[in-house]
Amino acid sequence: MSDLLSLEVSILDQIAAAGDEAALEAVRVAALGKKGSISALLSTLGKMSPDERKTQGAAINLAKDKVSEALAARRDVLKAAALDARLAAETIDVTLPLQDTPAEAGRVHPLSQVMDELTTIFADMGFAIAEGPDIETDDYNFTKLNFPEGHPAREMHDTFFFNPKEDGSRMLLRTHTSPVQVRTMLTQKPPIRVICPGRTYRIDSDATHTPQFHQVEGLVIDKGSHLGHLKWILHEFCKAFFEVDHINMRFRPSFFPFTEPSLEVDIQCRRDKGEIRFGEGEDWLEILGCGMVHPNVLRACGLDPDEYQGFAWGMGIDRIAMLKYGMSDLRQLFDGDVRWLSHYGFKPLEVPTLAGGLSS
Amino acid sequence: MKFTLSWLKDHLDTDEPVEKLADKLTMIGLEVEHLEDKAKLLAPFTIARVISAEQHPNADRLRVCMVDTGNGAAPVQVVCGAPNARTGLISVFSAPGTFIPGKNITLSVGTIRGVESRGMLCSEAELEISENHDGIMELPADAPIGKPYAEWAGLGDPVFEINLTPNRQDCTGVHGIARDLAAADMGRLKDPAIKPIKGEFPCSVKVTVEDEKLCPGFALRLVRGVKNGPSPKWLQQRLTSIGLRPINALVDITNFMTFDRARPLHVFDAQKVKGNLVVRRAHDGETLLALDGRTYTLDSSICVIADDHAVESLAGIMGGEASGCDETTTDVLIESALWNEINIAQTGRKLGINSDARYRFERGVDPAFMVPGLEMATKLVLELCGGTASDNVVVGNPYGDERVIDFPLTEVKRLAGIDVPLPEMRRILGHLGFMLAGSGPVVKIAVPSWRTDVHGKADIVEEIVRMVGVGKVPETPFERGEAPRKPVLTPIQLRTRRAKRALATRGMVEAVTWSFISKPAAELFGGGKPELALANPIASDLSDMRPSLLPGLIATAQANADRGFGDAAIFEVGQIFKGDRPEDQFMAASGVRRGFASAKGLGRHWTGSQAANAFDAKADALAVLAAAGAPMAALQIVPGGPAWLHPGRSGTIQMGPQNVLGTFGEIHPRTLEALKADGPLVGFEVILDRIPAAKQKPTRAKPVLELSPFQPVSRDFAFIVDRAMKAGDIVRAAQGADKKLITEVSVFDVYEGKGIEDGKKSIAIAVTMQPRDKTMTDEEIDAVGAKITAEVAKKTGGVLRG
Repeated sequence: MSDLLSLEVSILDQIAAAGDEAALEAVRVAALGKKGSISALLSTLGKMSPDERKTQGAAINLAKDKVSEALAARRDVLKAAALDARLAAETIDVTLPLQDTPAEAGRVHPLSQVMDELTTIFADMGFAIAEGPDIETDDYNFTKLNFPEGHPAREMHDTFFFNPKEDGSRMLLRTHTSPVQVRTMLTQKPPIRVICPGRTYRIDSDATHTPQFHQVEGLVIDKGSHLGHLKWILHEFCKAFFEVDHINMRFRPSFFPFTEPSLEVDIQCRRDKGEIRFGEGEDWLEILGCGMVHPNVLRACGLDPDEYQGFAWGMGIDRIAMLKYGMSDLRQLFDGDVRWLSHYGFKPLEVPTLAGGLSS
Repeated sequence: MKFTLSWLKDHLDTDEPVEKLADKLTMIGLEVEHLEDKAKLLAPFTIARVISAEQHPNADRLRVCMVDTGNGAAPVQVVCGAPNARTGLISVFSAPGTFIPGKNITLSVGTIRGVESRGMLCSEAELEISENHDGIMELPADAPIGKPYAEWAGLGDPVFEINLTPNRQDCTGVHGIARDLAAADMGRLKDPAIKPIKGEFPCSVKVTVEDEKLCPGFALRLVRGVKNGPSPKWLQQRLTSIGLRPINALVDITNFMTFDRARPLHVFDAQKVKGNLVVRRAHDGETLLALDGRTYTLDSSICVIADDHAVESLAGIMGGEASGCDETTTDVLIESALWNEINIAQTGRKLGINSDARYRFERGVDPAFMVPGLEMATKLVLELCGGTASDNVVVGNPYGDERVIDFPLTEVKRLAGIDVPLPEMRRILGHLGFMLAGSGPVVKIAVPSWRTDVHGKADIVEEIVRMVGVGKVPETPFERGEAPRKPVLTPIQLRTRRAKRALATRGMVEAVTWSFISKPAAELFGGGKPELALANPIASDLSDMRPSLLPGLIATAQANADRGFGDAAIFEVGQIFKGDRPEDQFMAASGVRRGFASAKGLGRHWTGSQAANAFDAKADALAVLAAAGAPMAALQIVPGGPAWLHPGRSGTIQMGPQNVLGTFGEIHPRTLEALKADGPLVGFEVILDRIPAAKQKPTRAKPVLELSPFQPVSRDFAFIVDRAMKAGDIVRAAQGADKKLITEVSVFDVYEGKGIEDGKKSIAIAVTMQPRDKTMTDEEIDAVGAKITAEVAKKTGGVLRG
């Protein structure tokens, strides 16, 4: 074996034996560095005769190339091994549980959600949203709505009053959102199409009544809207709100001071283990009151009942929310129990839309 | 209002099945709440005889009875605990499998103290025919063994219960209900004329009415020589069928008239009435022992009937015990009167009396029936008790107002959207007692005296529509019309919606708390004004309108902590009250965080547990403002806040001192203590109404975006400043060094402690410079750095950290 060959074998052995990149670099320097063994051999070429240089040069360069290749190959292997080792050391425990993202944990109250649903449905039918103050006058809450003097609702045992002012008048907490209808009629020229959602108050406290609750009323005033339109709107609303294809409704004559004729509306349903299914079943469930706006109310709001006409309806937001979403106890709506709120509340990105569905 | 089918048939000639009648009642506005068919419900209960009753071997109070259930069946062994279970007793038996309404159970074969029992002997309470549960029922000896009890006892008369609307006083009597049903094609109204009874002598008692507003009419009659005692079976059954207790014939007649004809009456024992009767206001302090056994103290707001001696009756509400009729009564004064509805209602409420008379008089009875009602009652008295009747004494005008309505025939179509031909209108109104004259286009309609609720055209439309059937009104699509599709929410409605969802995305849950809170809590938060205190609160802790949402939220957080959920992030967006005018009501968005409910997440966690702090509350407040469209760059954060916040850990968000948008921080420990809540607790409140309205733009296009082709440069600076120095001031000073070039200044480190002099702190900022026309040279960057250092030194005294 020639010297060159044995040198090459020796270097290749050292390369194969290099355990890390530093050792490999040492081998490279020893072989190919300025004072490396192969570099030394190359520097002897100058002193050789042209023929000798030709054969020796080719042989030395061949050895150099082999060594270079071996170095590169070994470097790749060592690099890969080093990376594998580092990554192995970097192992994390991916089973560690995460915290809920805030948007996943937060909740909007079911009443807020249902108010958004109502707004969505009625805005599509061309209704605007009207609001008014919770603290009202007797005039707007009762007198202009055709409540006779001495009506039981005007008594201290039904309505929350504030203390009388010096002039004897006293403010009260509105017992329905109907004063918003009055305010709307007094300030807007017909045609009027509004819904009035809001908080209302009555002195009542038991399993199915709370001293504060929420109502949504609707009001249409123009020169031609009649009971047939009212029935259609409420039917469309109920189908949209309860998200069913058909629903049986029953309109019964009833009595309210501010409408004439007055109707109560029942929807057909089936009660099934705490759930209520609409559009099927044998039970009738009362959900709202409505009627043609009483001529006395129109007159009190400066409208001529022979020229203008219209209808109004009202329902409990708390009640329809409970019916739709299967909540059983009204009082829990105002309890602020985070367990209840997390369960019955809605995630912030579950925004009701007509395109995407109200609740899904 | 309760009545039975057979009672209804006294007034209505009909063959319609009971269910159909009930449905029709509901659909014409007389909503049937209950239809109880006792015969059906109680069919399995049969009459049985106790053959033997022996002491239970293992229980002192129980008896082992052998019962003959009739129909040739073998005797049945029943263990019975009733004290009156004895040999020979005829009672009511139910076999295993029977549903017992009074106990809400279905009977099964049982073993009681080791003895088998195959059925039950029943009390009245168990059958829900009375509340008597003292023992098992005792039936007369001739009761047929084996026959259904209900049938034998005459309970087979279905009972209707109507939820009567307050306008229909005419239907507080069976006759009025029958009239409605006749108009709805359910049969023919039986309405025989009421013949006056000729008086045989003048009435010896005179009547004076002092105030005809309180008593528009009063009729009285004396019947001498009556024999009072139990009323006949038919009358007793009428009363018991609707849960009334028969008393004696005279009293039963008045109760019968009340329910049969909506005509409450009163009977005085004439022997006990001293002198003449006067209808007057009570004197303050006068008392009356009433027929319910209670003594009422009266005042001048109350209308009474008095004799020469004392008050004898609470007019239109309840009679007095002293002049009441009993078995010894021989001469009776029958009173039929009209009373002021409002006064009756007020008196009834004041005295807490809910009598059947009050129920009718406060709704207003048929004035024209005052005298006929007296005649009918007199006839019944003569028939049932004998005697001779005096002439009538009648005071006042009992006929009410003539009401005639001009009614355009088009009105039904106009309001109800349904065509009803004139003959149909005429037929319906005729059945209801209205008189229709003319044939259009405008007819005259006279309203019957008993329909005190009917005043105008709309009322007539209702009468026609409810009889035709609201179901027949065709549903008519409601066109949107020409109105453009545009957003309908007002700015405050939009802000409210967005605030809720913004806070929910921050991990908070929305509560809805009471609008009213306790006075002390209201005072703690700047409320408690006299005009916001309820005159009649439902409870002392719900007495004042809330000036802030925070007290309610703090109480809610505490309640959750008490339930074991101490890490809670809760918000509310709702109304608060600074005064009683509409413009004093504001829409606030508030939230509290308690325990480990930081903005990062709820509860302790391996990634690092952080108690909620004032900065979480600040971030919540700013998130609401951003979502609600506030001009964020124009907001100022000023240290400190209202008295309910920690003075050193609170801030105020404002646009100048005149427009405070909100506050945030740790809740003051004293506030928490006063609210009996544990801290620490952080919170915020933002008033959504205070956000200035956004400028209206003609298009929806966003401003043009300028993208610089040159790299931005970032440089870090650390300044040593006094501990009290506000980071915000350093940031502002740095920004001010070159407003065009410097696009962002962020604080990336705050340090005090080792290496920093006491009373000082180090604040490190990163400044981003964005060149727009060329890349910055090192010299230019250094020049800006020097300006920043100088500006911060000038404004805050800060020196670069070495």
